Formats: sequence, C-alpha cells, structure tokens
Amino acid sequence: MKTQQIDQFAAGVSEETRHAVYDGSKVGHEKRTKVLFDHFGAPDRLRRLAGEIKQHVIENLDTYLPAVEARLAANGVKVHWASTAQAACEAVHSILKARGATRLVKAKTMVSEEIELDAYLRERGIESLETDLGEFIVQLDHDHPSHIVKPIIHKNRAQIAALFEKNGLGAYNDDPATITQRARQFLRHKYLEADAGLTGANFVVAESGRMVVVTNEGNARFCLAATRCHIALVGIEKILPSDGDLALFLNLLARSATAQQLTVYNEFILGPRAPGQPDGPDETHVILVDNGRTDVLASDCRDILRCIRCGACLNVCPVYRQAGGHAYRSVYPGPVGAVLSPLLLGKRFPEKADLPKASSLCGACNEVCPVDIPIPDLLLRLRDKAHTEGVPSPGTPPMGAWALMATRPVAWRAALAGGHLLNHLPTSLIPVPALRAWEQSRELPPWRGGAFRAWLKMRRKPGTGT
Amino acid sequence: MPADREMILGKVRDALAPLHERAKLPSYDGAVELARTRADAADPMAEFAARIRGVNGEVVPDAPALAALLRTRGWMRGYCDPALWGSLEPHFGEGFHVELSFDRARVDDYQFGITRGAGAIAETGTIILNDTTTSTRLAALAPWAHVAVIPRKALHGDLMAAVAALGSDPNVIWCTGPSKTADVEGILIEGVHGPGAQIALFTA
Repeated sequence: MKTQQIDQFAAGVSEETRHAVYDGSKVGHEKRTKVLFDHFGAPDRLRRLAGEIKQHVIENLDTYLPAVEARLAANGVKVHWASTAQAACEAVHSILKARGATRLVKAKTMVSEEIELDAYLRERGIESLETDLGEFIVQLDHDHPSHIVKPIIHKNRAQIAALFEKNGLGAYNDDPATITQRARQFLRHKYLEADAGLTGANFVVAESGRMVVVTNEGNARFCLAATRCHIALVGIEKILPSDGDLALFLNLLARSATAQQLTVYNEFILGPRAPGQPDGPDETHVILVDNGRTDVLASDCRDILRCIRCGACLNVCPVYRQAGGHAYRSVYPGPVGAVLSPLLLGKRFPEKADLPKASSLCGACNEVCPVDIPIPDLLLRLRDKAHTEGVPSPGTPPMGAWALMATRPVAWRAALAGGHLLNHLPTSLIPVPALRAWEQSRELPPWRGGAFRAWLKMRRKPGTGT
Repeated sequence: MPADREMILGKVRDALAPLHERAKLPSYDGAVELARTRADAADPMAEFAARIRGVNGEVVPDAPALAALLRTRGWMRGYCDPALWGSLEPHFGEGFHVELSFDRARVDDYQFGITRGAGAIAETGTIILNDTTTSTRLAALAPWAHVAVIPRKALHGDLMAAVAALGSDPNVIWCTGPSKTADVEGILIEGVHGPGAQIALFTA
C-alpha cells in the first residue's frame, strides 16, 4: 500500500540523520521546559497572555499596519510593501540597484528563503551570502535548513568538514571549534566588503517603530555594523503593540527557542545610525511582505500568524523527530509548518494538503507554544478543508467502511467476532491495507474483540443481591 | 510599491470584515506577570556579576584589574574609545599597543576593543550599547575581546526596566555574553562572528 508523502520521505532518512534530529530536538525540548518552569511559577499564564496580545494584533492589522508604516517613516525608515514573493524580490533588487550594490550579506531572514531571494539576485549578478553559521553551511551545500532555529540539525561535523574542504575553507578538520573559526575568518571579510545587509525582524513595535532582531552569533549586528544600507524583510504579522510588550516576548522567545534566559544579541533598531557613529547604515528600508499571509488571515486558521518562530513545537513533535525538517518540503517545517506552509500556498493548497495529516494530534505543540497557538485544532481544520475541497489523499486509509461498520450494531458485532481470525492470519494476508502497512514496523496486539461486551453482560449489577 | 500597499491593506480589511468581534488587547502589568524570585536581586551588582559569569562573560572591578586580565591573556593590541583612554592609560603600563581610531581594513589586528556601555541588566548579565555613546560599532564587535565601560548608575534590575529605558537612540543592542553558536552538533562554540570574550567594567 502507498504511504503518506511524509512517511515516504522519512523512510529514506538515514539512521545517522534520524539520531541527530531526534537527539537535538529532544535535548532542546527538555532544556526549555526546565528553564521556563525554574524561572517562572506559571509560564502557561505568560504563554496565554502573549497569545492574546498577538491574536489582538492580527485581528487588528488593518489599523496596526498603517500605524507601523507611519511610525517607521517618522523614524527615517523607507517603507515598501510587497504583496507577493516576486514583488518582495523586486523591492530588494531595486534598493540594491539604486545604490549600485552587488554584494549582500544576510542574517536572520526566513522570509528571504520563502521568496527565494538568492536565486533572484544571483540571476541579476548580485551575491547574497548567508552569515548564520548553519545557514552559511546550508547555502554552501545547496541544501535547505531543516529547523527554524537549528538549521543544520540534520548534518554532522564530518559532513561539514568535507564541505568546507571542498569549498576551499581549509584542509579537512572536523573539530567544531575549528569549523567555527574558519567561518569567522571567511565571513568577517565578506561583511566588510558587502554593500548592504539584509535581515528579518523578530518584532516591530507599532507604538515606536522599533524593530528587534535577535541572534546568538552576532551576525545580524555584523551586517548592521559593516554595511551602509539595511534592508529588513518583515512579514506583516510581526507587529507588537508597544515597547512594554518586548520584555514579555523576549523572555518567552529565548527560553522557548534555545532555553536561554536571553539571546546573546538583542538589537533594537529605530532607523539609520546615530550622527557621529562611523559604522552602520545611512539608509534603512523595511519591506512589509504579504506573500500569502492575508490569505491565512482570511482563513479560520489565522491564529497561526501569532507564531514567533521559536521552533519549540518542532523539538517536541514526535513526527518531526522521526521525519526531520526536510520531510515538510517547506521553509517552515514541523507542526507550525504543517499549518502555515499549505496555507501560504493560497490556491496551490492541495500541493501540501498532506502536511496537516502528518500529526498524531497529541497536543504537545500547543502545550509548548509561547503564544499558545492551538495547532492541533488548526491541523484538524486543514484536514477538513482538504476533504471539503476534494483534495486526493493518497496513503491515508479510507474510513468509509469503518464508518459503515461503526454505525450499525449488527455489523459491529459481526466484525468483533470475525476479528479473531486476525490472530491466525499471516501479516501479508490481513485484509485491511492500512493495518498491513502498520504491521510492517509494529506488531498488533492479539485481537480481543468482544471481551468487554461479554464481561459487561455477565457482570452482576451492584445492589441487586444476586 | 503603492499598488502593493493598497492590495495588501484591502485584503487585510476583507479578511477581517467577517469577524463579529475582534480580540481585545489584554491589559497586564509586566512587572507583576514577569516577577520571579531572584535570590540575589537585593544586590544588583552581585547579581549582574553572577549572571554574566553564567553566560561565560566576565566582570572586572577596576581599570588595573582590566589591564591585568588583558595582559594575562596575551591581548596586548587593541582599540580604545578616545574618551575613555585618558582614565585607563595610567593603569595599562608597558607593552600595550592601543589605537584610538578603528581601521576597518585591519579588523584582525585588534585583539580587544574598549567602548562605552550605556547600561547593563542585572537579571541577565547583559551589557547595553547605545549608538550615540558607542564610539564605533565595529570595535565593539570584531576584536576577540570586547570591554564595555559602564556607568554604575546605569545598571537596571531586569528586562522590564531595561526596555523602559530604551529611549530614542536609533540603535540599542543588548549583549549577553560572548557571541556564540551551537549549530554544529549542538556543541557550544564562542566567538563565532563577534567577541569570544565579553567583559564589563563599571565606573562611578
């Protein structure tokens, strides 16, 4: 029988990668829980509060977006709007072109992956270089990130050492410290030669127009210290109402993402560099990107727009741990990606309509989410959407026969009795294809159908005295 | 793209139109919600010292101690903000080569960079740099060691206080320990792009 797409992918994942992803995500999750509960008596209260704030923002984007635009402009930032990936790429290109810029360094921008900016700029003779160590390695290897905050969770040091050797970054050496030092030396000169720095933004505050960019490596800071032009690609949902909210969100983000009390670098940007400051941008651009977000807003899954990209739901997800990030075929993997990625496709939703099925609906993703997104509910809504729209669902067991049986007592009794045959059948002869597939890697418990009914029937009723 | 602006705002309005009720902004007191018991909060300087050490940063008590630390590590070449050098120079002594301007063409020549810090956060061991008081962003970032000279009175207790003090500086950056990564097999490596040593010195 044909399995679901994500299972097909997972079947091809090497043992090495599976262990790397499993161990990495498990450790991340355990540390997160410890630090949150050690530090705060009731972290769930904080998660709910943060969720309410972001839900308020996305349900009032019609007022927040113009407010942010006005604030940014008042701070000396040039604001651009891009409704599609193409428009966002064009906006970046036209800013670079106007400055005669040919070298771009990037940090902390998943939107640039989403809009496939690298290829667009390359075709136009512009180098666009990732500077986060993991993202840099992924770019060198023509690979894709497989985790929101740990992009190369699927790679080991030997693979990286071989890649560096192949790309002229020194003779083979798989010591992580050496790998990091080599990247440091290579990249610092790239920053200094670059004409512009491109980042995302973790938050943009409506009240002040303050953008916040958070990194551990300091790569976004280097982009903004070495270059003269800062371009920020910002999804329209990244807004927070006021500066005061930053303390809540920064506390939650660092702990949820990497179990840190605070990420190493938190940069708060109002606009171009201060007078007298020799380093940093004299031009700051913000490109507000839609690229499908308004479709998400129009759907009954708009809650997913609360997401602050911490990756906690990936770390805790039993499906992500087994399948890895690439199985989701999207920039956004894991539970959040299973909701967001199909929706961002708009009319092409059927292409990724299988992702919401790649979940056991165990609810762990909701429990860890720093903005309390009810991911399992959203997954169910998307399953319903796929069903309603008649999207074919290869590899999922048909439930029609089950429904027929479960709603007719006679059929049900017959099935309970007949099921005992399963105990004597070899796996290959089990008449239900889904069960056959299941049995390939697991064993069914012995069939005991009817035992409960028999017990119930024979049981003496309490108080009857008989 | 003006057309894109109208298109996006139009789609946002259309998407929200069917909502009978919009989610309200919860009112909350951050100081209450984020309050937590911090054993050493009564002595912010001690708390800062413990927290910055917790993230592998360092704090030195005075200028002679800073000079001694740099010398011990063999970091004898560096940059210093000219506004600070007058008070530091008498403590540095023989052998140091300190430049008062930062030449970006020679970033690797500087083993340390000494700049002014605008403040600090006790709760997290964080150093705060403001664009208006940092003499050069690169000198606080590119050398292996960064030293922030911070006025003692600018030590905030927690994130709430530090957020409230962000003010109107065009660029504020909080630095909590050395630049770090765990991208390779989850192993912590410091000094990936920025400083491998983050040092705080408080002044009266």
